[in-house]
Amino acid sequence: MDIASVIVAERLQKRFGEFIAVDGVSFTVEEGEVFGFLGPNGAGKTTAMKMIQCVSPKNAGRLLVFDMEVDTHPREIKKLMGVVPQENNLDPDFTVYENLLEYSRYFDISRQDAEKIIDELLDFVQLKEKKDTMTEILSGGMKRRLVLARALINHPQMLILDEPTVGLDPQARHLMWDKLKNLKSQGVTIVLTTHYLEEAAYLCDRLVIMDHGRILVEGKPDELIRKYIGTDIVEAENEPVVIACLEKNDARYEVVGDMVQIYTNDPQKTTDHLLKECTLRKITVRSATLEDVFLKLTGRKLRE
Amino acid sequence: MSYFQIPRLSYRVWKVWLRNKDVFVKTLTLNFLPPFLEPLLYLFALGFGLGMFVENIEGVSYARYIAPALVAVTIMYASFFECTYGSYVRMYYQKTFDAIIATPLSIEDVIAGELLWGATRSCINACIMLPVIAAFGLIELPHSLLIIPFSFLGGLVFASIAMCFTAIIPNINSLTYPTTLFITPMFLFSGTFFPLSALPEPIQYFALALLPLTHVVNIVRALTFADLNQFLIFDLAWLVVASLIFFVLSINLMKKRLVV
Ligand SMILES: Nc1ncnc2c1ncn2[C@@H]1O[C@H](COP(=O)(O)OP(=O)(O)O)[C@@H](O)[C@H]1O
Ligand SMILES: [Mg+2]
Repeated sequence: MDIASVIVAERLQKRFGEFIAVDGVSFTVEEGEVFGFLGPNGAGKTTAMKMIQCVSPKNAGRLLVFDMEVDTHPREIKKLMGVVPQENNLDPDFTVYENLLEYSRYFDISRQDAEKIIDELLDFVQLKEKKDTMTEILSGGMKRRLVLARALINHPQMLILDEPTVGLDPQARHLMWDKLKNLKSQGVTIVLTTHYLEEAAYLCDRLVIMDHGRILVEGKPDELIRKYIGTDIVEAENEPVVIACLEKNDARYEVVGDMVQIYTNDPQKTTDHLLKECTLRKITVRSATLEDVFLKLTGRKLRE
Repeated sequence: MSYFQIPRLSYRVWKVWLRNKDVFVKTLTLNFLPPFLEPLLYLFALGFGLGMFVENIEGVSYARYIAPALVAVTIMYASFFECTYGSYVRMYYQKTFDAIIATPLSIEDVIAGELLWGATRSCINACIMLPVIAAFGLIELPHSLLIIPFSFLGGLVFASIAMCFTAIIPNINSLTYPTTLFITPMFLFSGTFFPLSALPEPIQYFALALLPLTHVVNIVRALTFADLNQFLIFDLAWLVVASLIFFVLSINLMKKRLVV
């Protein structure tokens, strides 16, 4: 192995009673990359993150973080890691500043060092003016940024973020993305879960798409799009003549409600062809996105 | 997982204690009020009010008789409520424990820190209350000063028992059960406001065998009366054993609840 793997998971499994939440997944995360877990609600993303964080014991398989077993070296692993949990769990008994100061103590950071680090972090997440505010009255975006600052207090080598931007407005989301890009450029390995496909496509070097506790695919965002969809999608109305024509031409397509989506790598040719051969009334062409891959692989059924 | 597995604790237990101390200090005035005011209210109502009708009890005035009981009850209340309602809110509503175990602290460290903090609350409240009672000349000094270290042990027993309940209740309202079925009877029937000997013999034995407050009252009363006897060794041993058992049990029960 030339690049050090920060996480190695082999046939990792987690059960809750009879229910298998994470079903034998294998993946590796390399140093310095941004690695994403995508999946609909209930896919098992949070459960997987909690095993990596050493707070939820695995039931089977192997899981090494920083080359250490999660079962035997939780303290050593947690020391090198920062965590942004799905649910904000800031301490409502303390102010913004105090939250960070309390947290620094859990990592054995001296008061003197902590004060310096906290000043830097408050600058980084743009919360300097809110220093003495109780956390309850911060906005959603500010809370999320404070949780990020808290996760950075020990200068972690790896950051785990469970749905870092869920519920944030576009401005707050973009600010969070900026911060994460910045951290990546500083060499921090980032593992994140999300169900915003745009976020995954923008941030992740590599990602896996999970559903029902299993990993469906793994790869680079644009490679996955290329592989499962093509560069573009041509959308036409779902009518029997259109379907018949597509069948005749051996096209790769999928019916989505009253639309047909035709996958292609050459939109020009496909549209010309379709317009000539089939009687199409209305067609649109757009670039394929990760969302198309996601929906194709996980289906369109609603999840809770 | 066994209920009596010895927890593997680290020096980091102290950090959890510090966190709770910091919150306590932030609301200091509020925290000082109950242990300061409550003995005054009880002393006036029971000691000097009801006491008018009680000639004396075991050869001392009624106010003198109940003064140590007030201290013992404070020791019980402080840690019991800290480690039931207080800990439950931190665990369930504030997710404070979740936040802490994402750091090098383990869940065992967190619970042990909570228990030691609960015991400290008992100690603090005893320290606030003692001068108030002493001002009325109701306790013997310097013997009574030993109550201060003792209140930590007494507090640890109630903190640990409280944490067992916190670990098994389904929701915060269920804390009403241990409070009314365990704490209130103990408040009344542990030799607090009248001697245990006034009760039927089986109940006396029950109180001695199963109600921790009985032993706390015995020891505190012996200290405020400056009247030590050899039976106190039994009381002390009971409390030490109970604190060890429930300390370990509560940590394991909490692990069962929180490590999923
Ligand atoms: N503590 C638990 N007990 C029982 N089932 C759980 C528990 N935690 C998660 N699950 C179940 O495991 C599945 C995966 O959950 P989760 O990892 O939170 O999914 P995701 O984060 O991808 O939305 C869900 O069906 C969820 O209901
Ligand atoms: Mg989740």
